[in-house]
Amino acid sequence: MSSTLYKNYLLQSEPNKFSLDNLKDGEMIVNMGPQHPSTHGVLRLEVVTDGEIVTDVAPHIGYLHRCFEKHAEHMAYNQTIPYVDRMDYLAAMNSEHVWCMGVEKLLGITDQIPKRVEYIRVLVAELNRIASHFVAIGTYGIDIGAFTPFLWMLRDREHIQRLLEWVSGARMLYNYIWVGGLYYDLPIGFEKRCQEFIDYLQPKLDEIDTVLLENKIFIDRTANVGILPMDVAINYGCSGPMLRGSGLKYDLRRVDGYSVYPELEFEVPTGTGLVGSVGDCWDRNYVRALECRESVKIIQQCLDRLQGDHKRTPDFDPQAGCPKKLRTTGTQELYFRAETPRGELGYFFRTTDRSDMPFRCKGRSPCFSNLSVLHEIAKGCMVADLIAIVGSVDIVLGELDR
Amino acid sequence: MSFEELRDFIVDAFGAEVVVAEKTDNLQSYLVLQTERLSEVCLALHDHELTYFDFLSCVTGIDNGPEAGTMEVAYNLYSIPYDHHLMLKVQVPRNNTQDQPIPQVPTVSHIWRTADWHEREVFDMVGIYFKDHPDMRRILCAADWEGHPLRRDYELQEYYHGIKVPFDQHNELNGFKGEPQQLVGQPTPFSDKREKPE
Amino acid sequence: MEAKTGEGGIVITKLDDLLNWARLTSLFPMGFGLACCAIEMMGAYASGYDMDRFGIIPRASPRQSDVMIVAGTVTFKMADRIRRLYEQMPEPRYVISMGSCSNCGGPYWEHGYHVVKGVDRIIPVDVYVPGCPPRPEALIGGFLQLQEIIRKESIRAPRAVQQIMAKRAQ
Repeated sequence: MSSTLYKNYLLQSEPNKFSLDNLKDGEMIVNMGPQHPSTHGVLRLEVVTDGEIVTDVAPHIGYLHRCFEKHAEHMAYNQTIPYVDRMDYLAAMNSEHVWCMGVEKLLGITDQIPKRVEYIRVLVAELNRIASHFVAIGTYGIDIGAFTPFLWMLRDREHIQRLLEWVSGARMLYNYIWVGGLYYDLPIGFEKRCQEFIDYLQPKLDEIDTVLLENKIFIDRTANVGILPMDVAINYGCSGPMLRGSGLKYDLRRVDGYSVYPELEFEVPTGTGLVGSVGDCWDRNYVRALECRESVKIIQQCLDRLQGDHKRTPDFDPQAGCPKKLRTTGTQELYFRAETPRGELGYFFRTTDRSDMPFRCKGRSPCFSNLSVLHEIAKGCMVADLIAIVGSVDIVLGELDR
Repeated sequence: MSFEELRDFIVDAFGAEVVVAEKTDNLQSYLVLQTERLSEVCLALHDHELTYFDFLSCVTGIDNGPEAGTMEVAYNLYSIPYDHHLMLKVQVPRNNTQDQPIPQVPTVSHIWRTADWHEREVFDMVGIYFKDHPDMRRILCAADWEGHPLRRDYELQEYYHGIKVPFDQHNELNGFKGEPQQLVGQPTPFSDKREKPE
Repeated sequence: MEAKTGEGGIVITKLDDLLNWARLTSLFPMGFGLACCAIEMMGAYASGYDMDRFGIIPRASPRQSDVMIVAGTVTFKMADRIRRLYEQMPEPRYVISMGSCSNCGGPYWEHGYHVVKGVDRIIPVDVYVPGCPPRPEALIGGFLQLQEIIRKESIRAPRAVQQIMAKRAQ
């Protein structure tokens, strides 16, 4: 074991943004993370504090930079799907759905997808959205000191994971949605079990309200904390529950109307400032809780149609539409975006002629933009509120750093 | 507002020379703008009541390789009230040798704060410097990382802080003795040879 | 105790066994997660799998923990931090490498320029748990394996000293 191995390299690999010389009287730099239980992974926050008041904060990211774009440039489109899963590991189905729709648009086969495939895609994506929001709300409870919601949320999430494991064979990272189709049809009996699950789930969603969101302590910790005005949110490119929590009714499922979402009925919940002001941490979590209810509605409609108009038939092959060669023609550029639980996930493709690999692929991750607003809303709050604000952004580091 | 109207809007306001090229036979049409005048065009697109592009979705840096000798930055704009999309591009010459300065593009981070981090990411990944950016540092890779990884001629460094970077049998702490085994020459069941594009 | 053994509440054992028993039934892992595997680790701590049954309770500080679960992809930016966290843990300390990424680089082994191809390039690892991500059952299996390792230890030849001697002998 050479001695160079144990040299302290920490300041070389990520130097501080603020220097001690520029601090005002009484200020100090506090380093939070990357190993901190409440930073949801490996986020590092460099906080300038004046006593207990945060005067400035600089997030340092990149501790989970897994070179997604490099992989996308060296893999065929269908081989990249597992890497897309690992980007947003809490909502793998949603990321796959976006990627596959983008590639289908590149190949020009968007309108050849069978309706049953589309409904199954939406069904599993919405199931995964609920699972993702459950982790968001549950870990948010832990961040600000409530342990019970975490256990309850993960108990219900476990049911969703088992349903999706039955569908795809994996618990978290599915590789289920393929370009042009699906890996496999729904297993026989899935519709019935899924129906049982959402009947079970609806009272549990009321439990979230009673145990966490209407809790006096929770409201005191989150209402009027980290208020994000709508114009700031738009200027920073926030999307998803961050933007909807600030009061804008902006959901790409409605705005862009991709897949079969125009045929489905659901509401777009927005933050109204029910207990504090519009755009505070409570609103963002309330929007997530309401979205779970909307997802349940969507799942119900999908189940009805999968058992009605688009019934399972013996000769139905979900892989039939998958192209054997994913060859794109000509140099094309496309930015495709869609809604994941965290907001607008987009992929920028640049293709070259007759290749099954993109020349350049960029993932525009929602967390990346959502987190960049942190220094704007965290100025002047307490250190304990900073935890509440970071938790309410609901970052997934795999997607943030890609 | 359609793509043609948007192009006419830009040409009317800034003159015909600001639009260097346009491409309409794409899945998404785009305009290539003069690099120096990017930020004033963007400011007008952001502020004008007819366009009002208030949401910057994505900033992508593209390296076209040493043969082409150019780099591009693509901006995907979106207007929430009007539901317009627009893709803008600038093209800059690429430096092929180490002693040339890295290419420079004016920043738009004072117009859309989204661009702040996205431009830092472009700088980190492909090495395009954004003029007047308030805080031009690396964002994803470590600060003392060598090279810009998504450049076409990027070469992986051998060691980083004493840790071997490429994958091989090198393993300092568990059972490693002597020189690392060479992986070349071993037949692998999963060949990674794929047809390269012409 | 008397009912169980019928021998008046006295248990005779080796000191080694007593120490090892105490050690292996209260393994405190450091509660930090890196990537996807951390979600499965959370799942293992939570109500579905409940690792408290094995005396495994996450601690927030490296100073109080015995085990480090490297749950996820280690990048070069994070590598120095992980090494420092490992050094901050008191002896005896153990490392579980959870998931393919920290075992060998996983799916990122070829083009992942910023990924450390195996956490064993920076810290010694005791148990490797395969999977991408491993199921919570697999993580529990890894802990049971670690308990077997600890059960074979002896205070006459502490593991840390043995590791240093083995290193010198090379």
